[in-house]
Amino acid sequence: MIRTHGLTKRFGRVAAVSDLDLDVREGDVYGFLGPNGSGKTTTVRMLLGLVLPTSGTAEVLGRPMPGSAAEVLPQVGAMVEGPAAYGQLAGRRNLALYDAAGRGSRSGRAGRVDDALARVGLSGVDKRPVHAYSLGMRQRLGLAQALLTSPRLLVLDEPTNGLDPQGIRDIRALLLDLNAAGTTVLVSSHLLAEIEQTCGRVGVISRGRLVVQDDLDALRGPTGRQLLRTLGAVHGERAAGVLGRAVEERDGERLVVRGDDPAAMVAALVAAGVPVAEVTPERRTLEGVVLDATGAGSDDFSVTDPGREGAA
Amino acid sequence: MIRVELSKMVRSRRTWVTILLIDALPSLVAVLLSLTAIGPRPGTGPAFLSAVLTDGTLFPLAALAIVLPLLLPIAVALTAGEAVAGEAQQGTLRYLLVRPVGRLSFLVAKMVAVMAFVVITIVVVAVTAYVLGVLLLGNGEVTAGSAVVPGGTSVSGTTLSTPELVVRTALALAYAILCMAGVAAIALFLSTVADSPLGAALGAMAVLIASTLLFTLDAADVVRDVLPTRYWLAFVDLFRDPILWRDVVRGVLLQVAYVVVFFGAAWANFATKDVTD
Repeated sequence: MIRTHGLTKRFGRVAAVSDLDLDVREGDVYGFLGPNGSGKTTTVRMLLGLVLPTSGTAEVLGRPMPGSAAEVLPQVGAMVEGPAAYGQLAGRRNLALYDAAGRGSRSGRAGRVDDALARVGLSGVDKRPVHAYSLGMRQRLGLAQALLTSPRLLVLDEPTNGLDPQGIRDIRALLLDLNAAGTTVLVSSHLLAEIEQTCGRVGVISRGRLVVQDDLDALRGPTGRQLLRTLGAVHGERAAGVLGRAVEERDGERLVVRGDDPAAMVAALVAAGVPVAEVTPERRTLEGVVLDATGAGSDDFSVTDPGREGAA
Repeated sequence: MIRVELSKMVRSRRTWVTILLIDALPSLVAVLLSLTAIGPRPGTGPAFLSAVLTDGTLFPLAALAIVLPLLLPIAVALTAGEAVAGEAQQGTLRYLLVRPVGRLSFLVAKMVAVMAFVVITIVVVAVTAYVLGVLLLGNGEVTAGSAVVPGGTSVSGTTLSTPELVVRTALALAYAILCMAGVAAIALFLSTVADSPLGAALGAMAVLIASTLLFTLDAADVVRDVLPTRYWLAFVDLFRDPILWRDVVRGVLLQVAYVVVFFGAAWANFATKDVTD
């Protein structure tokens, strides 16, 4: 669906995006993860033909961008860097304007607008002008705008910005719904948790470079270590004695043990009379993967989703 | 896209407030003239103002001469200056472009909408001025003493028949519209360059002010004939008998050149511009 080769964008002497090879496959919910200022938005803008690459190529829906924008974009819905609307007009009127600027037939316009509003939970929207909308309503309106054309590909930049927890759940459900119906989705975000909960495939961008790109399940694969908990610290010490050099760390009753056969491990412990409370295979976390890949200076990731800042 | 821009323009309250404000000045002048019957001394003040004291049907032209030098160009510079930079600033530009709207058709639609605004404004001003002129200043037949010839008086002093007057007035309005197209093209170009709509509008106004100033400066003689405001008031020549075409024709050619050059520059700049707002 989206494939870029060596995509690079320089603004003056600053390289916003360098040598990016993005690969989004049909049917993916692709999480494009990176801290603010890492080049996510510039990349998304290049995919949509708003920013012209300095070098490299981008293919969207199998056609080169921005060359084939006229054929590609009618099948793409997008929200880039927050929603935008004509503040003095009502939400419905805004959608009708956007629709009229596109390729859709005039007769189907009211239906498309109503459908899009219904999808994002704004069917009951009144005639208030958009400048009287809350941040969350604007965000929903922006999404409705992206859904007007019933796109094959949805490109959303920070789609849950400004939404309350209920709104975030709604949007996540909507994206998964659309994806189940065959829409490929690219979500960019600086929030690990959001990507982790929605996406099946992840690309991590840091300082303009793609540092990780893989299926989320593969990224969160087992590390080959087991997390062991015994009943009480005393038994923890005995367990360490039994397992010997396989123990990598011990903190009271908790042990981290190298080895990928928990059954054998438990059997050995039980045979030695050590009561085992819990064994779980250790998995990598997306957070760990991202921090490993981006190295120092990537503390600008909002890992735990504290105060959701507005789009820069 | 043209339809979208026109609908935006017509629906915007600002459009109508602007037109109302522009229309207010010649209306005020009409009222003052009718109350005082004091015209400007010959050779001073806007064209036709002396003539309208005896013939209200000429007042649309006087109104044109009142709004053309300053009010209308300011409104055009503001509207066209906002065209691209304003959409960029409020973020709607990127959403229009991904609909997709071609960048050239976007510029064309903006230009058409600005010109539609000019046409509406000029028509409103002309119609109001005609009505007020006839109501407040009379229609010439009475004051002329001979109720035989309906029609108006040319600047040269001869009498023009009504159809002739109508044709010439229409020509004058069309000429004024073309002059504003030149302003619009300059402001539109600046709008693709500047980040802020106000910057683009002020830039266009600066060009016009500079042009007006250079026009009065003898030392600027070499550039005088290519100044954008050089032939703006040449529409007065359409009411000489016979019509003095020279300046009108030059004015038309000059304005067409301005439109071509600046709209071309706007397109050249916008076609490959990174939309990062």
